[in-house]
Formats: sequence, C-alpha cells, structure tokens
Amino acid sequence: MTTTSLPTAGPTGSGRSPEEVRNAAARAAIMSRVKAAVTDVSAPFGARGEAPRVELVSASRAETVELFVENVEDYKATVVRVKPGEEGTAIAEALRRVTSVVVPSGLEPAWTADLPDGIRVASDDHLSNATLDGVASVVTAAAAGVASTGTIVLDHGPDQGRRALSLVPDLHVCVVRASQVVHDVPEAVARLRSAVEPDASAGMPRPLTWISGPSATSDIELDRVEGVHGPRTLHVILIED
Amino acid sequence: MTTTVPAPRPARPTPGPLQETTPTFVGMPKFPKAAKEALANTQQRRNLAHATGVIRAKRARVVGELPHWEDLRLAGSQAKDEMMTHLAAYLEQLETNLVRNGAQVHWARDAAEACQIVVDIAKTKGTDEVVKVKSMATQEIELNEALEAAGIRAWETDLAELIVQLGHDRPSHILVPAIHRNRSEIREIFRREMHLVGRPAPDDLTDEPRRLAEAARLHLREKFLRAKVAVSGANFAIADTGTLVVVESEGNGRMCLTLPETLISVVGIEKVLPTWQDLGTFMQLLPRSSTGERMNPYTSMWTGVHPGDGPQEVHVVLIDNGRSHVLADPLGRQALRCIRCSACLNVCPVYERAGGHAYGSVYPGPIGAVLNPQLRGTASAVDKSLPYASSLCGACFEACPMRIDIPSLLVHLRARVVDESGRKSAEAKAMKGMAWMFGDYRRLEKAQKAAKLGGRLLGGRTIHTMPGPFGPWTSARDVPDLPTHSFRDWWDARGGSGGAGTAGSPPSTTQEQR
Repeated sequence: MTTTSLPTAGPTGSGRSPEEVRNAAARAAIMSRVKAAVTDVSAPFGARGEAPRVELVSASRAETVELFVENVEDYKATVVRVKPGEEGTAIAEALRRVTSVVVPSGLEPAWTADLPDGIRVASDDHLSNATLDGVASVVTAAAAGVASTGTIVLDHGPDQGRRALSLVPDLHVCVVRASQVVHDVPEAVARLRSAVEPDASAGMPRPLTWISGPSATSDIELDRVEGVHGPRTLHVILIED
Repeated sequence: MTTTVPAPRPARPTPGPLQETTPTFVGMPKFPKAAKEALANTQQRRNLAHATGVIRAKRARVVGELPHWEDLRLAGSQAKDEMMTHLAAYLEQLETNLVRNGAQVHWARDAAEACQIVVDIAKTKGTDEVVKVKSMATQEIELNEALEAAGIRAWETDLAELIVQLGHDRPSHILVPAIHRNRSEIREIFRREMHLVGRPAPDDLTDEPRRLAEAARLHLREKFLRAKVAVSGANFAIADTGTLVVVESEGNGRMCLTLPETLISVVGIEKVLPTWQDLGTFMQLLPRSSTGERMNPYTSMWTGVHPGDGPQEVHVVLIDNGRSHVLADPLGRQALRCIRCSACLNVCPVYERAGGHAYGSVYPGPIGAVLNPQLRGTASAVDKSLPYASSLCGACFEACPMRIDIPSLLVHLRARVVDESGRKSAEAKAMKGMAWMFGDYRRLEKAQKAAKLGGRLLGGRTIHTMPGPFGPWTSARDVPDLPTHSFRDWWDARGGSGGAGTAGSPPSTTQEQR
C-alpha cells in the first residue's frame, strides 16, 4: 500500500485552478484519514486472495436453458423459442401490433427482412431523444443470459445499439442465443469482464445493462407492478442453437 | 460472530471528523418520544405492517432458493472488509481507472463540500434543473436543498421518492421511502401536486397501483427527455475496472444515466468493491435481500465515458462525510459493509411499529441505529437514544447479507453512550448504590429483609408505574413483584449452610473468605 504522488486530473504546479487546489487538499485529507483509521490492521493489501466464486452448478445445458426460460417468464416477459433461421418470422410476429421500430446498425439484416408491411423502420442515425420517444419498438441482440435469475445482459455492441435505443421505446424485442445463456451470475460476470476491461485491441470499455423482465416497481404497498419508465413489454426470442 | 473484523484494541486509532447533523434533523426528539408519536398513527402502522409482511415473505422465498446463501454472506462481508481495511489503496485504484476512462473525479470531505461540487458543475452547464436517481448518499448530504438554494430544481424520479417529494414528506425506509403511504394517500398527493411542477395527473386517476405508476411515467417523461444534467449515487464502484453500478427497478435510473449530456454520481467512499469478480457475489446478495427478487429489473454499469453512448461528461464525487470516523472503530467499522438493502428494517419488530421517521435520519431501522451514532456522534438526544431503539432480538443480524452484527454493535454503542454521560446520570448513581449493597453480604441481607417486608405489604399486587426518576423505566414495564421469601431463607430452611455437603458453600462463607 504505497502512496504515489497525486494522480488527480488536471495540470499540477503553479497553473492550478482554485478547484484543483481544493480537490487535491480534500483528497489528501481523506486519504490520510482512512489510513490513520486502520493502523490496527496487519493483513497486507490483497491478503484475501482472489474473490471466491459462489454459484449454483448446472446439471446439463438443457436444464440451464429450461431454467432461463422459466425465470424470464416469471417476470411476466414473453419467451418464444425458435430454431436457427426462424428469427425473422418470430420478430415479424412480435412486431405485429406496432407501427414503428428502431434497429441497431449491426443487427443481423435477415432478422428484419420479413417485417410486416406498413411498419416504419428507423435505423439509429443519431436519433434525438424526442425522435426516439416517438418510436414504438426496438429489436436488439444480447450479450449473455443468466438462467438462475432470468437475466439478459446487453453490452451495447453493434447488434444491440447504444443504451437509449433499448430504453425509450415501449416494446423491447430481444434475441438471445441459447449458447449465450450461462447458469449463474458469477459465470456471467466472468464472461463480461472483457467488456469493462478490454485488452489493447478491443478499444474502450462498453457499458452494460442487465435486464430482468420489463420495468417494474414495488413502491406502492410493495406490490409489484410491471411497466414504469423502461419498456413495458419485454419479448424474448430464444434461438435454440 | 465478528471473526472477519480485527479484535478491538483498548485505544482507538485517530478518528476522522464526525458528520455534521443536517438542519432537517437538528433538534429531533429522542427515539422513544418520536416513536410514541408514530405509534399513535394507526394508518401508518397498518401500512407498515402490510408492507413489511409482504417483503419478508418474498425475501424468505428467494433466499431459500440458494443453498449457498451463507457462503455468499461470508464472501460479501470478506470483500467489504478487504476494501475497508485497505481503503486508501482501493480508492487510488478506482480513481486511476475512472480517470483513464474519461471520468472526472472529485473528493469531498463533508456534505457541504460535496453539495458545492455538484452545484458548481450544474451551474457550469447553465441548467436550472437536474433529474435524480434515487440515492441515499445525496439524501444524506441534503443535496436537493443545496441545489434548490442555488436556484436549481432537483426532480426525484424514483416513484417512491417522487411520492415523498410531492408530499413534502421525509423518506421512512431505505428502499421504499414512501412505505408509510398507502395507495389512496398516493393518489391524493399526485392529484394535488403534480400539476404544480409539470404534467398534471390524469383526471380519472384511481388508486390502482398500475394507474399510479402510469401517472408517474407520463409526468416524468418530459423531464427525462429535456434534462441536461443527471445526478445519481452508485451501489458499487469497482476499483480494478473503474466501473460504477446502479441497481434499480423502474427504468428511471436508466433514463437518468443515459439521456442527459452530463452525469454526476455522488458515491460514499465505502461503496468501493475491490474487484470486478466480487460483483458476482453482490449481484446475488443485493436483489434477493432488498426487493426479494431473484434479480432487480434493471442494473446499469458504466466505466467512464462511452463515446457515442450516454453522457459524454461523467463526474464522480467521492464523499467521506463521517465514514472515516466510523472506520476508525475496529468493531464499529463493520457498519460500513452496509449495501443499503433494508432487509434489517423489514424484519425489525421495532421498525415495523415505530416506522422510519422516529430514527431522525435518512438511515432508519437497525442499521440506522448503529450507523447514525457513529457517523454523527452521540451528542444529540436522538443519536444518544438510537442504540436503545432495539430489543436486541437479533433478527437484523440473521437477515443482513453483509453479516453486520448489529446487536453487538448496539451494545457497544450503548456502552459508549453510558461512558460519555459520566457519573452523574441517575443510572450511574443507581449502579453505584447497587455496587455498595452487593459489596457486603450483610447489606444485601438487610436489603432483602426490606424487600420481603415490601412483598408482604403488597400481598401479590403488581406495581405498574412509579413516580419520579423511576417513571421512565416503568413506562414500558412493570416493577418485578417483590418476593415474600428470599433464596437465602430457602437455602437456610433446607439446611444449606450445614448439611448441603459438596453441593456448594453458602454465599456468606464465600464472602468471608474474600
């Protein structure tokens, strides 16, 4: 636990603004307090070792996929299971009742080839928040699924789009491959590490959104109500690959 | 029970400064007085009993699904202990990773400094409003009031926080701040207040929760779409990646964290998690303990600025505000493991009846009873009384996903309150008298004779209240019935002093040998 010189943002030396001076003083004071507070501790930094992985273990792939479907449906989301190649039909069926859809730039083109006539398809060309608010639905892929909790994780890659796309429209059609579904949370966390701490080739870290059912609230008498600010309908298409 | 916390040493390390008690809670009456007033509110008691009953059953069901729950609790508490005992190193790591990914890091020693930082950033952006994600840290520093004073409106967007804000009320629960309100009260608040600050509630609004949630959706949407600046807290700040995590249900968090151009997150320094891998433990513990779900609907994670996606200016304000003071107590520091799940509130028989307001802080319930007197010190009436706001039944420790031994902490803090109150209190004098009486068996015998006489005089009747200094003690209990017969009489009658053999020496012998 060595103290290095202050790596705070901003220039050092005589050209510092009053705010930078204040910030450095506050930082130094807090660091010195938290060090003084634990002089009784003898265990060295990192003595705990690697964080343990406490998790449920799957009996089989089939069990994991069944549990995923069961838990997603438990949140009052719809799950439709399809064979590879049937995604386009399933997506068209899911969008039967809406008049507009926004599609991320990297979505598999075949998935939106069979959309119903008359549906307005917007590609995400820097749509403003207000424009996006006028779009009824969105179709995205996913980065991972978690069976034990019924969770879908988006890493907002090109086939999922930026975060606003899967947030503002009221219907979210999300396509998950069975091969992306892991059994429990720690396995998903391990898989997603490359999104938040990419190596030199992968560029900047990506944001993550974990989605477990449609938006909901329990704020009124602790009774769960589905549908507040996020998409009120979550429609999952599971490709059994 | 506190094996993961180093054993207490006689001398405390240098403590950091205390948190300043904010104007809202200055002069709060002590807990018993505030609780008595709350208990008289039968509507609130009904609402609380219903809500805590619902959440207890949900939590028990989803915790029961995990056979390794105890291993998760251990892993979680050990991660927090690793963090807090090497906090400086983890804070440095967090800062380095945040800055590397384009975030701006600000440090705040106390509430006033933290509020000033946020106000200054908002002013730089030229905005007169911010949208807010529910955050305990910003409530603790009373940021809304500070923004208001600077001419900036702070819109709470969590449904329960909206109910509290529109009702000019105070939060009474960590997770469900409007738990003390029922559906028809909420409908009234929406109809009365929404039109004053934005889109009015629909004319035909009923008290159906679905309709109330819909009204909030419509009311807040225009604010989400136009806001330039958002303010959030964070449930976790991961040191080895620089990732911030917000756990929520409604999507209001995602709206605030995604749509505005500037994001300011106010984060207590104890929210740091050492590693990304620790998230695997905490994302199992927190949702099941708080809302009683396998997973909360939405969790957002961001690592600095993401070009082309979400706010392009990301600020993180790291606040101490009394935490380093808590950290300096080797036993008390375990309270900093708290992840604000509120499981301890929901199982507490005292909270369920008294409600959250009586605790005089944004942190109510058992965790508030141990956190507030440590963050703010034990100078005020309410903070002095909080360690006693418990029957020490232990339900809170059983429910706590972080294994915070709240009952032991309460006893520890009671000792501190007694030590600080000195030798002049009625209790200290009574104890001194007791010590004198027990110090010599002849005095004890005399006292017992007097008690027997009293017992005969009362003839089996029970004393329910006593006058003078004993009044408060008998306000919640009867005086124990005085015996007509003492243990010594009984012992002597069965030949104890002479004929008991090896069964034990009479107390008088023991006394004389000393």
